[in-house]
Amino acid sequence: MVQTRDSSKPKAETRLAQTESELLDNPVAGNPTLILRSPDFHSITDAVAEPVERKTPLGWWLFFFPSLTLLGLLGIAVSWLFWEGIGVWGLNVPVGWAWDITNFVFWIGIGHAGTLISAILFLFRQKWRTSINRAAEAMTIFAVMCALLFPGIHVGRVWVAYWMFPLPNQMGVWPNFRSPLLWDVFAVSVYGTVSLLFWYVGLIPDLAMMRDRAKTRARKVAYGLFALGWRGSVRQWHHYESAYLVLAALATPLVLSVHSIVSMDFAVSLLPGWHTTIFPPYFVAGAIFSGFAMVLTLMVICRTAFGLEHIVTLRHFDYMAKIMLVTGSMVGFAYATEFFTAWYSGNPYEFFTFLNRAGGPYAWAYWIMVSCNVISPQLFWFKKARTSIPILFVMSIVINIGMWFERFVIIVTSLHRDFLPSAWGYFTPTIWDISCLLGSFGLFFTMFCLFVRFLPMVATSEVKTVLPQADPHGHSGTEREVKHHRGALPVHGAPAPEGAS
Amino acid sequence: MALFAPQLPKGPHYGVLAEFATPADLYHACEQVRDAGFTRWDAHTPFPVHGLEKAMGIQRSPLPWIVLATGLTGAALGFGLQWWVHASAYPLVISGKPYFAWPAMIPITFELGVLFAAFGAVFGMLGLNRLPMHHHPLFSSKVFERVTDDAFFISIESWDPRFDASATGKLLESLGARSVELLESE
Repeated sequence: MVQTRDSSKPKAETRLAQTESELLDNPVAGNPTLILRSPDFHSITDAVAEPVERKTPLGWWLFFFPSLTLLGLLGIAVSWLFWEGIGVWGLNVPVGWAWDITNFVFWIGIGHAGTLISAILFLFRQKWRTSINRAAEAMTIFAVMCALLFPGIHVGRVWVAYWMFPLPNQMGVWPNFRSPLLWDVFAVSVYGTVSLLFWYVGLIPDLAMMRDRAKTRARKVAYGLFALGWRGSVRQWHHYESAYLVLAALATPLVLSVHSIVSMDFAVSLLPGWHTTIFPPYFVAGAIFSGFAMVLTLMVICRTAFGLEHIVTLRHFDYMAKIMLVTGSMVGFAYATEFFTAWYSGNPYEFFTFLNRAGGPYAWAYWIMVSCNVISPQLFWFKKARTSIPILFVMSIVINIGMWFERFVIIVTSLHRDFLPSAWGYFTPTIWDISCLLGSFGLFFTMFCLFVRFLPMVATSEVKTVLPQADPHGHSGTEREVKHHRGALPVHGAPAPEGAS
Repeated sequence: MALFAPQLPKGPHYGVLAEFATPADLYHACEQVRDAGFTRWDAHTPFPVHGLEKAMGIQRSPLPWIVLATGLTGAALGFGLQWWVHASAYPLVISGKPYFAWPAMIPITFELGVLFAAFGAVFGMLGLNRLPMHHHPLFSSKVFERVTDDAFFISIESWDPRFDASATGKLLESLGARSVELLESE
């Protein structure tokens, strides 16, 4: 008995990997080696809470001020747009939608990775999500904010933007519920609301943690107010976990429906280049692809800046790169299918649109799209690339450039050649188009800077559950567990602490 | 757990609070407290400990039923709104389609179903947990501040029929508690 105990002890202690290389070589998914350096519960609390509690570092201002400046630029651009009208953008017949809707689809797509990580990977019990889900969900909310901006401002007469909603009005007029554009209003606003609820529910235990650690009364009240008096009670956790599971199960079909509906804004029209049934799955794959790229950009910066390398590890990046390889290849397959269908349909307008995309006036944009989205992610077949921080960082930006161009190519190249050559044109952005795009990045990064400054950016209550000592039956309770279920088996685990046998 | 039952014990003491070192210690202690026949008690952990509800003998959460009800309500409201607008309040021929073209109404019906279900999940959870409750006798304990960090607790409330300030404290000590504290009512 004593011998078994001794021989099992070092085994139990080496269950957490100490180095990145050891971590990557462990092939067992879901093994607690997701977190490095054998932390205890308290060190995880410290690692996550301290960046929020210490004095604002200079580096934070270096990110915050440029972001705030760009947000100011957005304010100016939008004010001018409201004052003068949407003619300040480069829009004109035949291109009536360009950067505004490109930016909308781009941002809403970014958000989707956050929901995939928080909801879909939760349902699939992918425990590695716990290190990155909080930041990814925050990213979703800020991306949806940026996305909602563009349909709001592109209507021209913003003072009648309320016509989009089914509100009783003096004209007795109601919106057309049979239009995908109205489905979109509902889909995106429901998505924003549900994402916010999901994020907030996840935050409650960590807000309580910030409350309990608070040194000043002001912090205690501020965090305490939003922590709602959380006491970590098991009777509370019980309903909480049920709510979290239900929200994940609701967010999963929701996120798939949102980008499908966004794609129907195009697919339901009769325009060659838009009128395709492949759009919903193709848009969803592209959305997840670009969203993971954005998560990667943010996490590479944050883990270094806040010293979270042992919580957000190379193994997490390895997994994310694999998802990007899969979704990037799905997007590439969709490009090829579209081309094939355009030819196979025998429809001359359809085929012309695609030949024109690849060889017409916007060929430069098309080939930027293909090289960024299809060719460059193939690098992720190599483990060296998937685990190299510089390569991952550069690739994440390349992919986001590519995905922005994908939306631009879909929207503008389909519009700029109408059925009659008399209605052909070429879209050129104005300074206000560029200001709105840059400004939306300002909004996004300003919000993200505020998030990492004031809220815990890792879900500690979830990360703690993947540590081996969190399992009441694993680390020190094996003996009891084994005894309960199969009394005849020899006992191998470490003894239960109270010495029960 | 009745939703509208009174929430806090009356009398001078709220109950006893015992701290345990590890989730495994807490798990075994919970099994013992459950088997000793206590009913008004709780465990407190920084994260959901797997299987602890079973060790405490907690019933399944009724939350999914609340979510189902609110979700179906949302979907019905969404579908009803669209039917009312297109078939009754403002009938308008668009692209020669019938007024009540129900397949086109499915996306918004779905979205509103999800929206209401999510509200049901969040507010239902808060209601079942009786949150927000910003003041609670447990918060008067200094060690309890670590409940969101790395400490594991059992609290047995004084209105439990089997509660006895000294005997219950001794029981918790015998189950391996690191410290036992008698808490005043607020």
